[in-house]
Amino acid sequence: MPDRKIRVMVAKPGLDGHDRGARILARCFRDAGFEVIYTGCHQTPEQIAAAAIQEDVDLVGLSCLSGAHRLLFPRVVELLRKKDASDITVIGGGIIPEADFTMLYEAGIKAIFTPGATLDSIVEWIRNNIKTHD
Amino acid sequence: MYFSEKTQKESLKLKSIWQDKVENTLKTNPDQKERFSTVSDLEIKRLYTPEDIKDTNFEQHIGVPGDFPYLRGNQVTGYRGGYWTFRMFAGMGSAKDTNERWRMLLREGQTGLSTAFDFPTLMGYDSDSPKCLGEVGKCGVAIDTLEDFLALMKDIPMDQVTTSMTINPPATVLWAMYCAAAEINGVPLTKIGGTIQNDMLKEFIAQKTFMCPPGPSVKLISDTVEFGTKYVPRWNTISISGYHIREAGATAVQELAFTLRDGIEYVEDVVRRKGLSVDEFAPRLSFFFNSHIDFFEEVCKFRAARRMWAKIMRDRFGAKNPRSLWMRFHTQTAGCSLTAQQPYNNVVRTTMEALAAVLGGTQSLHTNSLDEVLCLPSEHAVEIALRTQQILAEETGVVNTTDPLAGSYFVEALTNEIEEKAWEYIEKIDGMGGMIAAIEKGFPQMEIADSAYKFQRQLESKEKIMVGMNKYVTDAKHSIPLIEIDEKIGEEQIKRLKDVRRKRDNRATKKSLDDIKNACRKGTNVMPYCIEAVKNMATQQEICDIYREVYGEYRDPGLY
Repeated sequence: MPDRKIRVMVAKPGLDGHDRGARILARCFRDAGFEVIYTGCHQTPEQIAAAAIQEDVDLVGLSCLSGAHRLLFPRVVELLRKKDASDITVIGGGIIPEADFTMLYEAGIKAIFTPGATLDSIVEWIRNNIKTHD
Repeated sequence: MYFSEKTQKESLKLKSIWQDKVENTLKTNPDQKERFSTVSDLEIKRLYTPEDIKDTNFEQHIGVPGDFPYLRGNQVTGYRGGYWTFRMFAGMGSAKDTNERWRMLLREGQTGLSTAFDFPTLMGYDSDSPKCLGEVGKCGVAIDTLEDFLALMKDIPMDQVTTSMTINPPATVLWAMYCAAAEINGVPLTKIGGTIQNDMLKEFIAQKTFMCPPGPSVKLISDTVEFGTKYVPRWNTISISGYHIREAGATAVQELAFTLRDGIEYVEDVVRRKGLSVDEFAPRLSFFFNSHIDFFEEVCKFRAARRMWAKIMRDRFGAKNPRSLWMRFHTQTAGCSLTAQQPYNNVVRTTMEALAAVLGGTQSLHTNSLDEVLCLPSEHAVEIALRTQQILAEETGVVNTTDPLAGSYFVEALTNEIEEKAWEYIEKIDGMGGMIAAIEKGFPQMEIADSAYKFQRQLESKEKIMVGMNKYVTDAKHSIPLIEIDEKIGEEQIKRLKDVRRKRDNRATKKSLDDIKNACRKGTNVMPYCIEAVKNMATQQEICDIYREVYGEYRDPGLY
């Protein structure tokens, strides 16, 4: 049986509408052969966690450029844990000051990509770190 | 014809001699790359000659400043009578914090105010809504009630300074607060001046700050246009914006075309719904463009924009008042052209972009601060950005003559080309039944997504270069001081909001909210009721919830 395709959800938590990066990534992941779900803007962490579980994704990529990542990113990880879905990997990107990296890693965000990260490097990280779960 | 037959002949002859030389040169010294194009990927020729503008007629297509087709500017005397408005977009934390930043900017020679609201305010939520986790005061100032607004305007001479407010779905509410604050400060509505962005179509297309579906969103905009026309004559009730369209990844042509087509949609709605004649309200329509890094493409875009709008107003809408033909626009340098890496380079980018805006004849300008790619601007970074404009105005001499690039073979040819390509888009959208129909099809959204993706791929293949990002990269850290918004600001804001709710006359508040609901249901103008409601300390979310209830909510279709 061929490997199941990696299922990725690109999500925009909070009220931030800066979706250029998220939409480019969604398209890039599709071109890379992943199955992609894009939530659109203005999702609450609750909506994102519920959708990730319902869509049975392997990875959630959170994008935030408003500065609200410090509260929103950990909240998504926490909600997934509470729902016994901690096998879903959560990564994040956007305007994230380096000073916040440690806090986000400690909260369970597995990788953070900031301006200058190439599409290829993000795809490669996913290929190296995500095993599809059936 | 613009050039005599003799000139044309000579030019063709010389060009053919030059062409031979080019072929020879390329054999030993090939070009650095196969194709030279603008940041928007418009291909640029090696050389422009009279041949490229042989169909351009001076009187009809170029002309003089202050006259049709306004290619060269609206003002007869250009910047000699006065510079563009130095207008820095500012807002952070609480109303008090923002008021302090504003007064600092006015002290430093800024000539107009511009308000950045936080996301809860932009989206029509109060600071204590569960949707606002982590967002209060972060990307701008938090405004929940008139009390906050009065703190924002403290000691600002509202009859002298014009204020621009970047506010869209709740524009009726925030403008109502401005009107109410003016009244409380003893300034009549006829004396206040400023702009509300109030352009919802570009929100669906690009910026994604939306609340209700496109149809009722446009209705609320027409309410403000009508109210402004009748009672607040110095107010620009809409700033039809290409800025965000460009930031979302559009090309210069797409920015221009979608913005103008949005403008057409608004004019049609006001005429149809309110029965106003175009000349009654068109002089108060304003525009807002991006100034990106490709210098000539931007100058040409601004020139083409003015000429196209003049034609649209005259030929499509039959406007007679010369002021209706004026495209007055604010410009912001391109946030998306800045790099987080080597951030001091951003000062240079912003300077070039500001110069393009000035040579393109902008009426008002925001120059980005070098740190805006990382956080809200620090005071020091804002000062450099403001000084950049002042240096352009006072030292460089670019203000001495109007539209100095006119007549350049290249500039006129590129202006024509950008205009032609923008008309093609406008015709296409006309064919779809207008901009609302096009948005519902996802047309502009997907055109922009295509351009954004293509540009990203061009960056990765190094076909397009951003210095410090994909070329001339260093490992050295250029750490700059970043300002941080304390999470406590949110808590304090929520406390203030709760105090207002506790102290107000709830019966009066409820009555005025009911009046807004009735106006929405009947389709009458909501503005007078909004002013009354904010005076009764209705919160902005309470008013926006009525819009959501009556008109429904729009959800991001998540197109990519």
